Amino acid sequence: MQFFGGSEISPSPPPPTVSGNNAHMLYVFNRNGVCLLYREWNRPLKTLNPQQDHKLMFGLLFSLKSLTAKMDPTSTEKGNLGVPQLPGQGCSFHSFRTNTYKLSFMESPSGIKIILVTHPRTGDLRESLKYIYNLYVEYVVKNPLYSPGAPIKCELFNSTLDQYVRGVG
Amino acid sequence: MAAIYSLYIINKSGGLIFCKDYGSAGKMDTNDSLRLASLWHSMHAISQQLSPVNGCAGIELLQADTFDLHCFQSLTGTKFFVVCEPGTLHMEFLLKYIYELYTDYVLKNPFYEMEMPIRCELFDINLSQAVQKDRVALLGR
Repeated sequence: MQFFGGSEISPSPPPPTVSGNNAHMLYVFNRNGVCLLYREWNRPLKTLNPQQDHKLMFGLLFSLKSLTAKMDPTSTEKGNLGVPQLPGQGCSFHSFRTNTYKLSFMESPSGIKIILVTHPRTGDLRESLKYIYNLYVEYVVKNPLYSPGAPIKCELFNSTLDQYVRGVG
Repeated sequence: MAAIYSLYIINKSGGLIFCKDYGSAGKMDTNDSLRLASLWHSMHAISQQLSPVNGCAGIELLQADTFDLHCFQSLTGTKFFVVCEPGTLHMEFLLKYIYELYTDYVLKNPFYEMEMPIRCELFDINLSQAVQKDRVALLGR
């Protein structure tokens, strides 16, 4: 049974950048800002309750996207600051780094946002995020029992994800 | 001077006190720069709240599709950030150096009022020298 043979995105898992488990947590949001999935592997510090945390994260991404779209120094047509943009429109971002963590971000054309928070010294995770998106398509979207927009409760997806993330970043 | 697109300095309450453009496409008006500066100030603060471990000091590097944004926050809360081409090196040294220039030519200027927009000729002159491409490479050594 070949799962990833026919897909265009990342046919085989990209090689792990650093060995060991450096991932802190992962978020999946849909285009309406509903948190479909939240996984955490290593998070000693919790300042907010889960719901507020997800809202804050989505708000941060939304505002950072409008900031990058407005700041884009290579285009002349930038629109107005704060006007919502369609996925793929305007200049987006793929990661940011602080002294304690690195956040990698990917948005699919349908508005699914995948956020992976890792150790600050992990390398470029764009390929890994594409691979996680691929897992989402295979295990969640193609699951006939899954209704779009509902929180993800697929055991197979979670276990594959855990296994994959353990090797990444 | 294409490597660096622009430089912003924000005071500790999120107000823009200095902004210089080095050749980005499409002029940004003053209102938009002010809004971007305060937006960055709040995003910087929110990123600290979302940290999975203790001791987070905010975003240092934002990698967008067409540019990199490097940010340096001084101990007093003044933030310096440069927008440059993706993959430009030695930006943290440049920011430290700009901070030095700021302390020397702005803070030690008796006519400068704290937290107010920077209008110091000497700062402008020294800054434009520092931002030149070959100088930035020298800072990295």
